[in-house]
Amino acid sequence: MLPETDSHALSPAAAAGEETGARRGPWKRVFQGLIASPTAMISAGLLMLIVVATLLAPVYAKHVSGTDPFRSGLSAKIKIDGKPTPVMQQSTEGLGLGVTPIGPTWGPQYMLGADGQGRDVAARMLYGGRNSLLIAGASTLICLFFAAIIGIAAGYSGGVVDGVLSNLIDMIWAFPVYLLAISLSIVMIGKSFALGPFEISSGSLIVPILIIGLVYVPYVARPIRGRVMAINQSEFIMAARGLGIRRWKILLRHILPNVSTTLIVFAPMLMALNIVTESSLSFLSVGVQPPNASWGTILQDGQTLLYSRPWVSLAPGFAIMVTVLLLNLFGDVLRDVLDPKSARGR
Amino acid sequence: MSESLSLMSRMRGRILCGTAALALGAAMPAFADESHYGGTLKLLGVSSEGTLDPMINYTARYWPLFIWTHDGLMAFKKVNGPESAEVVPDLAEDMPVLSNDGKTYTFKLRQGIKFSNGKDLTVEDVVASFQRIFKVSSPTSGSFYNGIVGADKCLAEAATCTLEGGVIGDAATNTITINLVAPDAEFLYKIAVPHASIVPADTITKDAGNEPIPGTGTYAFESYDPNASLIMVRNPHFQEWSKEAQPKGYVDRIEYTFGGTEEAAVNAILNGQADFMYEPVPTDRLAELSVSHPDQLRVSPLVAWWYAPLNVNIAPFNSLEARQAINYAVDRDALVSIFGGPALATPVCTILPPDMPGHVDRCDYTADPGEFWSAPDMDKALELVEASGTKGQKVTVVTDDSVTSRGVGTYLQTVLTDLGYDATVQSISGDIQFTYIQNTNNNVQISVTQWYQDYPAPSNFLNVLFGCDSFTPGSDSSVNMSGICDKGLDDRMKAAMALGSTDQEAALREWGDIDYDFMKLAPAIPMFTPKDVDLISARVGNYEFTSQFHWLVGTAWVQ
Repeated sequence: MLPETDSHALSPAAAAGEETGARRGPWKRVFQGLIASPTAMISAGLLMLIVVATLLAPVYAKHVSGTDPFRSGLSAKIKIDGKPTPVMQQSTEGLGLGVTPIGPTWGPQYMLGADGQGRDVAARMLYGGRNSLLIAGASTLICLFFAAIIGIAAGYSGGVVDGVLSNLIDMIWAFPVYLLAISLSIVMIGKSFALGPFEISSGSLIVPILIIGLVYVPYVARPIRGRVMAINQSEFIMAARGLGIRRWKILLRHILPNVSTTLIVFAPMLMALNIVTESSLSFLSVGVQPPNASWGTILQDGQTLLYSRPWVSLAPGFAIMVTVLLLNLFGDVLRDVLDPKSARGR
Repeated sequence: MSESLSLMSRMRGRILCGTAALALGAAMPAFADESHYGGTLKLLGVSSEGTLDPMINYTARYWPLFIWTHDGLMAFKKVNGPESAEVVPDLAEDMPVLSNDGKTYTFKLRQGIKFSNGKDLTVEDVVASFQRIFKVSSPTSGSFYNGIVGADKCLAEAATCTLEGGVIGDAATNTITINLVAPDAEFLYKIAVPHASIVPADTITKDAGNEPIPGTGTYAFESYDPNASLIMVRNPHFQEWSKEAQPKGYVDRIEYTFGGTEEAAVNAILNGQADFMYEPVPTDRLAELSVSHPDQLRVSPLVAWWYAPLNVNIAPFNSLEARQAINYAVDRDALVSIFGGPALATPVCTILPPDMPGHVDRCDYTADPGEFWSAPDMDKALELVEASGTKGQKVTVVTDDSVTSRGVGTYLQTVLTDLGYDATVQSISGDIQFTYIQNTNNNVQISVTQWYQDYPAPSNFLNVLFGCDSFTPGSDSSVNMSGICDKGLDDRMKAAMALGSTDQEAALREWGDIDYDFMKLAPAIPMFTPKDVDLISARVGNYEFTSQFHWLVGTAWVQ
């Protein structure tokens, strides 16, 4: 469930660029508010670091670990203390049952050890992070886009349009998010399908992006609709109507700028939620499909190695936790600076 | 006394050698056995597995239970080791009399046997049970029992099945005569599996679902809740008539609890809260357990194989060269390591598993062709892919969502990519994967699956998995997943089945050759033959294993 946002955004006049007496523009004020917040700066800096690290995944895999994280390395060997050591280690004690992947070497190769396919977990973590962030980011944009269109259309139009869209939102809302996402995933990952002129293959990242992007639309569209309805009743809108300004102009110049702040506040929190959703779907085998990786798939890979190689699960779990925490911290500050009623926002 | 006996029982559990255990058992005085009777055996399973109807359920989870609650005219010997592959008279008094050129079997029914509901067993029950196989559309009615006279009518109109002229009971002489359309060397095996259980004549002629059906075995199902538990208690009317076919079970009660995880089950067994888990021991616990609790692990050979069917009817594996290429390229040792290492699996090159009659050690798809697989031959594989003209084509490997299956699929994806294909892996729920990969409408190119013997005959692998009769396009029940239908080999298989009635040795030689000739066509990638690993509690004694029904729960004791 998304957090309730009570953002009143910028003052209507400010949002319309008509602030009088203020020396600072609204967006500049937001930017300065963020700069002034150590929490925002630290979380944004660390988030940037995570993004850059994941973007450097191919460089790490090729030049540091020297492995292909998407290829099975069941017969691979690495040198430890000058001695060739198999990545998959056959038990030689007792009854000699079981093969265990190599544990963390804390060196360049297999820094976090290997998974059940003998693949370098550290390299997969970076590639997986890239996919997790890409899916979460893209699905956030999709969700905000559709939620804004539906919410504004419903809230601004009222009447039949509002009735139809609101009921549609309620209908989708009635489905538990994960049940809906899993159901859609099972249908969509089974076979390739066409999206207009584009052929979407079953293993494509577009599938989880679309699914995650769409299942949260009602949760964002509903508050947007409410916000639009509230703005629509405000005095400056009535004044604009009284002056004979056209409806579409009111929408673009007065409603949209005020709603945009609500969308901006939603963005980091929704992205955090989407990271968790993606991981959950991938963990359940209905998100990112092998051999592609995401933090969720690595978690799943590590599930069967919890006892002998816990790092395979701990590493993606830690990455998800930190990223979600940073996004939420940043989102909190962002909400405060966008809220004119809050201490930081003034 | 009890302590020394308990020690002896633990020692016997550790020895785990079929003949040694039997010898010890035979040598033990009668009072020693008596002291082991009683107690409750606690089994754990992550999930239940469907109906409790022995004529319908076709799972490796419940078959080992049905053999203790129900009997057929014949039964596989309930003894440890290879001898368990032999069939012995069960409800039949003796081996049947064969006549009419091997097409007629006459059984004399034992007298004085009662069902668990107290009713006497009669020839009418036997006739009605054979009819019921068809009336409930048993999954093997069309494959195991279609050779009985009148079966074709029963398959066409199940509800009115009479098997007229096929199964005839004579109450006066207490005999049952079964007439076959043609000789069938495997018929006695087929009537020794749970689908040919004898049940009361008045049993409902539809899937009994969760309702227990009375049987004649040493135990009876008391209750079944698929979401919670399955309880078995002693059949109050059971009197041992054949120790080989249906021995009196040791424990008084068997409680099978469903739910939880494999990890939790391992902990419960180690803590003495449970005695056995159906699911395989999690792979990441194996190395630790094999050191810390070796006396509680039992490793037993299976007659089974893990394989990857290659769809010979769609690209790219409609090319013989492409199929041969991937057979050359797959590193069986790598696949063995996914399964848990060489102590748990053995690389294979043939369709017939090593312990299956007719198996011959031969391997062409290896770097050094000979008797056994040695290493992949990537150069040869790449040459074949070039020759096939299939390089660059898209291939999807369909696996189920189990750890091993996904692991094998991911490995195959790597191999296919190395060969120049654009490969992906699709993991789907284990509940539907097996039927999904059978249906030609799903256009599955290559999949990962397993096959365990139903009975110890080569046809159960070769004919069932690659015979023309097993290929039904558009059906979920088309177990010939490769879709291969080679008329020449199909005729040879039918001839080998007939030959088995008269010259078993010659038939087995022919099956070995058929196996080799099938592999020349490479309709599948044989990967490895697995071993069974059971983790049992410290108190379980007299663990006995058969390749047919795995652990014999009835011969184990807990005190």
